Amino acid sequence: MGAYETRRVGLLVTCLVDLIRPSVGFAAAKLLEDAGCTVEVPPQTCCGQPAFNSGDRATTRDIAAQVIDAFAPCDYVVAPSGSCAGMLKAHYPELFRGDPNWQPRADAFAAKTYELVSFLVDVCGVQRVAARFEATATYHDSCSGLRELGVRDQPRRLLATVAGLRIAEMRDPNVCCGFGGTFCVKYPEISNAIVGKKVADIAATGAGLLLAGDLGCLMNMAGKLQRDGTTIEARHVAEVLAGMTQEPAIGAPAIAAIAAAAAGPSGPKP
Amino acid sequence: MTQAGGHAATSPRFKDNAKAALADADLQNALKFVEVNFIARRREVADKLPEFEALRDSARDIKEHTLAHLDLYLEAYERRVVEQGGHVHYAVTGEDAQRIILDICRKFGARTVTKGKSMVAEEIGLNDFLEQNGVIPIETDLGEYIIQLRHEIPSHIIAPAVHLTKAQIEDDFRRVHTHLPRDRNLSEPTSLLAEARGVLREKFLAADVGITGANFLVAETGTSVIVTNEGNGDLTQTLPKAHIVLASIEKLVPTLEDLAQLLRVLARSATGQEMSVYTTLSTGPRRAGDPDGPGEYHVVLLDNGRSSMLAGEFRDMLRCIRCGACMNHCPVYHAVGGHAYGWVYPGPMGAVLTPSLIGIDKAGHLPNASTFCGRCEEVCPVRIPLPRMMRSWREREFERHLSPATVRSGIAFWGFFARRPRLYGFVTAIAARLLAFAGRARGRFSSLPLASGWTRYRDFPAPQGATFQAQWSAERGRTARPSSSGRDARAPGPP
Repeated sequence: MGAYETRRVGLLVTCLVDLIRPSVGFAAAKLLEDAGCTVEVPPQTCCGQPAFNSGDRATTRDIAAQVIDAFAPCDYVVAPSGSCAGMLKAHYPELFRGDPNWQPRADAFAAKTYELVSFLVDVCGVQRVAARFEATATYHDSCSGLRELGVRDQPRRLLATVAGLRIAEMRDPNVCCGFGGTFCVKYPEISNAIVGKKVADIAATGAGLLLAGDLGCLMNMAGKLQRDGTTIEARHVAEVLAGMTQEPAIGAPAIAAIAAAAAGPSGPKP
Repeated sequence: MTQAGGHAATSPRFKDNAKAALADADLQNALKFVEVNFIARRREVADKLPEFEALRDSARDIKEHTLAHLDLYLEAYERRVVEQGGHVHYAVTGEDAQRIILDICRKFGARTVTKGKSMVAEEIGLNDFLEQNGVIPIETDLGEYIIQLRHEIPSHIIAPAVHLTKAQIEDDFRRVHTHLPRDRNLSEPTSLLAEARGVLREKFLAADVGITGANFLVAETGTSVIVTNEGNGDLTQTLPKAHIVLASIEKLVPTLEDLAQLLRVLARSATGQEMSVYTTLSTGPRRAGDPDGPGEYHVVLLDNGRSSMLAGEFRDMLRCIRCGACMNHCPVYHAVGGHAYGWVYPGPMGAVLTPSLIGIDKAGHLPNASTFCGRCEEVCPVRIPLPRMMRSWREREFERHLSPATVRSGIAFWGFFARRPRLYGFVTAIAARLLAFAGRARGRFSSLPLASGWTRYRDFPAPQGATFQAQWSAERGRTARPSSSGRDARAPGPP
């Protein structure tokens, strides 16, 4: 692909990746660059979902306008999260409906926004990745990515090309994990009951690794798996696809990661 | 204190209700039926019908068209009912409907009335009202009969007793049916059904008035339509001297053709049947020469706040055909069941409809207790955007300052930083490093100040170290610059 055709991608890294797990952001950047994109990271905070789902439309609109402005120079906006990409793509236009200045901008912004893995497959035409990871993994379909953006087959297609990786599907991979953003702390007992069923489904696959495309859901499921005392690890799908698994799994101590890195073949890529 | 002429709502105590439900072993056992069977059965029949998705579009369009011209269809429907010797009564409130129905019962000197399953009757608390006025209502749908014995409200709109196990129902039957031999065998569901059928048979014959709901009202013919699996509705409406149809105004459809379309999605979405066992169309009272049928035919059309929904952002909710698919697929409903919602309509459809009927001040928890997983909208046969409308309720709560103070101050605090990227970057960089340092040994926290809602049930991962943005800036610098003129022509540009 010549320089003329280079896609200029703005990476909306998501607030959770920014704060908790930057390695997902670097994995996303690597995957995008491997697919021939140039990656930029405009100053950003959050997509606005906490305010949007709490009914605070004014704050949400301020944040949405800020995001649309910040990413204006980019050809595409890509987020390693179906939830945040869904917010940008499905809900930003809804926030500005009827606003003669902002609605066209929000619509155009939505049209250039994608979730990471579906962008790689559907827009960049990526068919395979050059990663290796020895594990049996199960993949959870996060709700917004699945139902708002149609992300389901794309991650499975790319994961099938990761050397050494086997996928063991859950009985209900498309059922909510109970995270739901602020839901999980507003209704912790209900959230716990939902994630309890989810981790039982995960454990029943026999997989040692849980993968998903949204860090919020992953933190919820990993946190429950750990509280239950299981040894199932959790990672963002981008880490495995990029071959960047040298960091400890979500919530795992650094020491285990050092041991794993010494034993496993999946080193960092340059 | 009653709501809208109906049951007292425990919706304000949703959190306590939910906790009790989660600790109720019988309920948790019973709920597995919903989660496993209803979903699998719907999937199976939907997959067998290639045009199912197109039928859903058609169903949505029929209901939307009817709502857009509801005044005309109501008038047409009323005309046809009257032409055929029936009576139409308009009830603005639940109390109005109660009074109209009681007047008809009194006219016939009714001591007992049989009832087909009707969620609108539950909405207006009809049974309690009739009983207080000396008329004994007898529910004839098996599930409704069971919950009437238990003095409960339905926990599901199509399977009212789905929260109960077989053993609990057996206990109720032995407690109430004391005229039957004590040593009878009730171990099989069929034996429970046979016993209820035997008890109810006498009631059907003794009833003076029969009251049913309506799944649909057909404007073209003045027909009311019920679907049942037990045949109880037919006996309820044909044997007594008078048949009263209690239905809310949005049940109208224009033609029999439209009815056929909607019936094709209703049972598939509800129970996973292609059709319900009985689909009964009633048009007016018994005519000369008819072998059976009621002497009088009355339709009570209930508004109860619906006409005010027609013009607002909750209008789409009036498309609902009460199939229950949304609750069948809802992870929150699976966890806590229907009674936790605290009023007549549970699950996602209840989370949208209940605030309209009893007030968002009382029902505020309902639209908040959703993960927005979107599965309800995915399966709704008339494509009601349930998550969007739950969010609309949250917006109304926020505007009216009804949201909890902790949520409001939390969002205000977070929003202050989220609107200031530089300050946000500065603060999160420090926070990430502090948390990473504190959690470096275990990689996670089992308790965190201000996050007990999370850490009560799950660990929280420690941040890896510096924030992504801090690391990226250090490594590569900020790279978003005004676009050059040589932009890729294929890419959609900014406005």
